Amino acid sequence: MIAVLTFLALFSHMLIDGLPRLSWDFFTSFPSRRPGSAGILSAWVGTTLVMIVTAAAAVPLGVGAGIYLEEYAPKNILTEIIEINVTNLAGVPSIIYGLLALSLFVHQLGFGQSILSAGLALALLILPIVIVATREAIRAIPVTIREGAYALGATKWQTVSDHLLPYSAAGILTGIIIGLARAIGETAPIITIGALTFIAFLPPSPFKEEFPYISFEWLMAPFTVMPIQMFNWVSRPEEAFQVNAAAAGLVLVVMTLTMNALAIYLRYRMRKNLKW
Amino acid sequence: MVEDFSSEHPVGDVSPSQYKSEVRNLSFYYGSFSALKNINMMLHEKKVTALIGPSGCGKSTFLRCFNRMHDLYPGNRYMGDIILHPDNVNILSRSVDPIEVRMRISMVFQKPNPFPKSIYENVAYGLRVRGVRRRAILDEKVEDALRGAALWDEVKDRLHQLAYNLSGGQQQRLCIARALATDPEILLFDEPTSALDPIATASIEELIADLKDKVTILIVTHNMQQAARVSDYTAYMYLGEVIEFGVTDTIFIKPKNKQTEDYITGRFG
Repeated sequence: MIAVLTFLALFSHMLIDGLPRLSWDFFTSFPSRRPGSAGILSAWVGTTLVMIVTAAAAVPLGVGAGIYLEEYAPKNILTEIIEINVTNLAGVPSIIYGLLALSLFVHQLGFGQSILSAGLALALLILPIVIVATREAIRAIPVTIREGAYALGATKWQTVSDHLLPYSAAGILTGIIIGLARAIGETAPIITIGALTFIAFLPPSPFKEEFPYISFEWLMAPFTVMPIQMFNWVSRPEEAFQVNAAAAGLVLVVMTLTMNALAIYLRYRMRKNLKW
Repeated sequence: MVEDFSSEHPVGDVSPSQYKSEVRNLSFYYGSFSALKNINMMLHEKKVTALIGPSGCGKSTFLRCFNRMHDLYPGNRYMGDIILHPDNVNILSRSVDPIEVRMRISMVFQKPNPFPKSIYENVAYGLRVRGVRRRAILDEKVEDALRGAALWDEVKDRLHQLAYNLSGGQQQRLCIARALATDPEILLFDEPTSALDPIATASIEELIADLKDKVTILIVTHNMQQAARVSDYTAYMYLGEVIEFGVTDTIFIKPKNKQTEDYITGRFG
């Protein structure tokens, strides 16, 4: 109750401040020194691209690890340690992930202060969420279904790919979206990596006119993301920038809530056909 | 060994070639717990053999040895042999892949467990696992299996609907069709009617009577009347041992063993 009221208070405050500022131009303009013409183009493009990298890294790794731990791993001390570790990782402060990413991705692997580094850092951050969601979704499938598949002569992989994965897809998807919704609002690790706070250009386009039509240059581009854009504006003295920050915050909150709503909807839609 | 055994029990003067399977000195352990103790018996070709006994006597454990279901869980150990005829393979041998065993021996579970897929896909799954891709073959086998399970007329217009829309009895017959689709040599039933109402139970029992022309059946049941109705041979088990094994009528009318008699007359169990 208190949580709901607090959220409503914060959200309505932001709504009153920020809503009048929202316009098409706000989404299609780069940040600017003049608060009236500043926009969040580079921020939302950056956020989108970082999320693509995060999902591309966290989904296969997290779902794979979940399946491995649940179905393949032998039950011994080692897997037990891994399991405890995965749960613990979910509680590590996000800035620690930022430090790890700074030394590993930015320096050791030489990815620089790029979209790739940020995406991978956030992927590490949400990995435990995806792993736990995958395991729980698989565990929810009754043992009779599993035995039914094996009894028909299915191999382990056939059982996983024909039954366990499809039937747990709703739960896994929910976990992925909730993970991404968390990643989208993360600021600390991105600052640690060194995202720019003021950026007036877009990363190179992933699509090209000539063969091979797809380019991965954008992975290495410097970037900014929504929360950092907000952070930048909030730290400005001018009142008008505070309004910009509120507007950007509004966009961010709507993005997150939309993702959560999507997760709930998908869960409902896909669970409808599964009753056991 | 085998000859000894058949002379010991009133199974008639059948020659070994009429056995579909012989169980020799089978013991089974869950970790250190000995769940089955030195079981010797045989399954007669194209007959129904029932396993009866009080809860926890090991009848389901025994049944699940036949398709190596215990291999799915760590810490389980088999000793002894289950020989499958006509090719005399010991299906418990370490060199035999459990998947190969399950290709030949199908199972129907206690609770109907259709997959959350369409009726058609449920029946076709065993064939798909075996690499059957041709639509025409799949269609034909699915129809045959559903006819074999006396379900075809009820579902032929809605093959692509979700299997969960069927009633409990229909779901169980669907599971039987699913097990039949791959032409198994032995069909295992683990208390197939315990979750069903009397009418659905009667239809499953009728089906079992029809199926024994085609396939050897081993059925675990809680219900002694059911064993008496559907089976040709019955084994009474207690605490992991087969106390008495023989022709069903003999077991039910004049059991040799006092314990069997007590169980069957309801004085115990």
